[in-house]
Amino acid sequence: MRDFIAYLFGKGRGRSVRAQMRRMRGREFLSRVYRNKTAFAGSVIVLVFALVALIGQSVVRFDLGVTGQTGAERWLPPSAAHWLGTDHLGRDLFGFLVAGAGVSMLVGAVATAISMVIGTVVGVVSGYFGKWIDVLLMRLTDFMLCIPWLPLCMVLAAILGSSLVNIILVIGLTGWAGSARLVRAQTLSVKEMAYVERTVSIGAKSGHIMIKHILPNVFPVVFANTVLSAAAAISTETTLSFLGLGDTSRPSWGMILYYANATSAVAKGAWWYFLPAGVCVVLVVLGLTLMSYAFDEILNPRLKER
Amino acid sequence: MEAQTKLLDVKGLRAYFRMGKGALRAVDGVDFGLDYGEALGIVGESGCGKTTSALSICRMLPREGYIAGGEIFVEGIDYARLSDDEIRAHRWKDVSIIFQGAMNAMNPVKRVGFQIAEAIELHEGADRKAAMNRAGDLLELVEIPRDRLSRYPHEFSGGMKQRAMIAMALACGAKLVIGDEPTTALDVMIQAQILDLLERLRRERRMGLILITHDLSILGETCDRIAVMYAGKIVETGTVRDVFDRAAHPYTRRLISCFPRIGGEKVVPEGIDGFPPNLIDPPRGCRFHPRCLEARAACREIEPQTRRLSATHSVACHLAEVKS
Repeated sequence: MRDFIAYLFGKGRGRSVRAQMRRMRGREFLSRVYRNKTAFAGSVIVLVFALVALIGQSVVRFDLGVTGQTGAERWLPPSAAHWLGTDHLGRDLFGFLVAGAGVSMLVGAVATAISMVIGTVVGVVSGYFGKWIDVLLMRLTDFMLCIPWLPLCMVLAAILGSSLVNIILVIGLTGWAGSARLVRAQTLSVKEMAYVERTVSIGAKSGHIMIKHILPNVFPVVFANTVLSAAAAISTETTLSFLGLGDTSRPSWGMILYYANATSAVAKGAWWYFLPAGVCVVLVVLGLTLMSYAFDEILNPRLKER
Repeated sequence: MEAQTKLLDVKGLRAYFRMGKGALRAVDGVDFGLDYGEALGIVGESGCGKTTSALSICRMLPREGYIAGGEIFVEGIDYARLSDDEIRAHRWKDVSIIFQGAMNAMNPVKRVGFQIAEAIELHEGADRKAAMNRAGDLLELVEIPRDRLSRYPHEFSGGMKQRAMIAMALACGAKLVIGDEPTTALDVMIQAQILDLLERLRRERRMGLILITHDLSILGETCDRIAVMYAGKIVETGTVRDVFDRAAHPYTRRLISCFPRIGGEKVVPEGIDGFPPNLIDPPRGCRFHPRCLEARAACREIEPQTRRLSATHSVACHLAEVKS
């Protein structure tokens, strides 16, 4: 099989051995994802939402400011004209939902990227150098872990003002502590490996060892955790918007829930108002969580069967 | 003058480990030397200070370890006195190590080629392409096809990994190579191949080789001289013939008798009762006396001095005096 793949992608087309190997890795990873049911289900869910977030707004037009012309267009249940009905101002809820997907996924991606970079750097540096650097960074991490995250986000969002950039920064800058801990633990075990000693002996400096040898070995943990913390970022964004601390000029799922709550949609029996947005949040978080668990299994060399 | 400097000259080396209860004297005053193109075997039980002696040479002791005294001259430079930065420049360029357990000494998520080229890049500032090219030459030198550069360590067999480790040790043209049990965990056929390879490289490159092992049978074929270590001291040193045929120290004799003779009559190897002593508080007198069947009163009180039996053969034992 391997020879066959090598033949298909290598020899026949005169690629270098290196490129050929790289392609095989990529294919191998994809085929593992495909075979692993959890990973497959999670990836499909996340991919669908990502697709909606990317191209949804160019297909379904939505503008927060455009409200229904007459009172008759308000509180409409789902119909052919409005797939998910309308809200208290007569806005199309399907459009609202699609537009909200864009914001949620953007916050999820960028905030996670920020917190992952900080968490990984703090974790690797702390674990590798040890001593007072470790103590200092870990106390800072404990500090971040101890403070209740949501109230901190709320306070920061309230102080900084609720623009989309601020929300992303607030979530990103407060959410790195858990992954720093995880990365540090992994670093501690990796740095005792014989190959790190070998690299020291050939004269490598700390930076080289951390980037070239430790980082690739903690990467599976980082990757699995990234996906998981994206789920946390999305639900936090939803929570902040639900509490009215989100960016009021951008439609988001939390905002739908906020309006639904403020206008007592539940009491009015307007299930189409709050249910779809809630389900979407749950689905995205579920999809990311499934992906995270499965990727950990696939990428962790020790869990991987030879 | 260059020709007169010995490749390696270790004098009175002592390497200790900081322990809770005081210093563990892992290596306690050893002398040995090595010339270009020569192979020295260091043999002894586990925990006798073989690896510690070797690691001391390139100053790679673990954090708790330190060199408590002695001189380590490599091509005339005393490594015991160099700073960490200075030693880093010499390590790998002049002295390199083939690590114990090749399986763990390679990063599982990095290609073999990268790991060999790494040393070249770090030491000579060579660019990636040139370094990779050299790494390819090195692989061919250890009889692995060049295209395996882009493979990962887990795609190598045990013997290939060990070969790759040898290639790494040679990457910067080290004159002194230390093999820390390079053939342990390999099957006998592969062992023989690896030893042949080391033998060939030693001749071609005129490099000094220190082979650390607890397998005497390996040393007979590969080494010119053998040093037998017990409890942090060298108890006997000599040429292969000196040690195998005229072993003067009881420990050496017992060690040799632990290996069954092929072709001889069937005898169960005797073994040596007991364990090497605690090196935080070693026994008085000769360190081997508690396990020595021939121990006398003097052995319990007076530490034996190293005595020359011939130009090449010396031993630290009171009894050898009587016999010679």
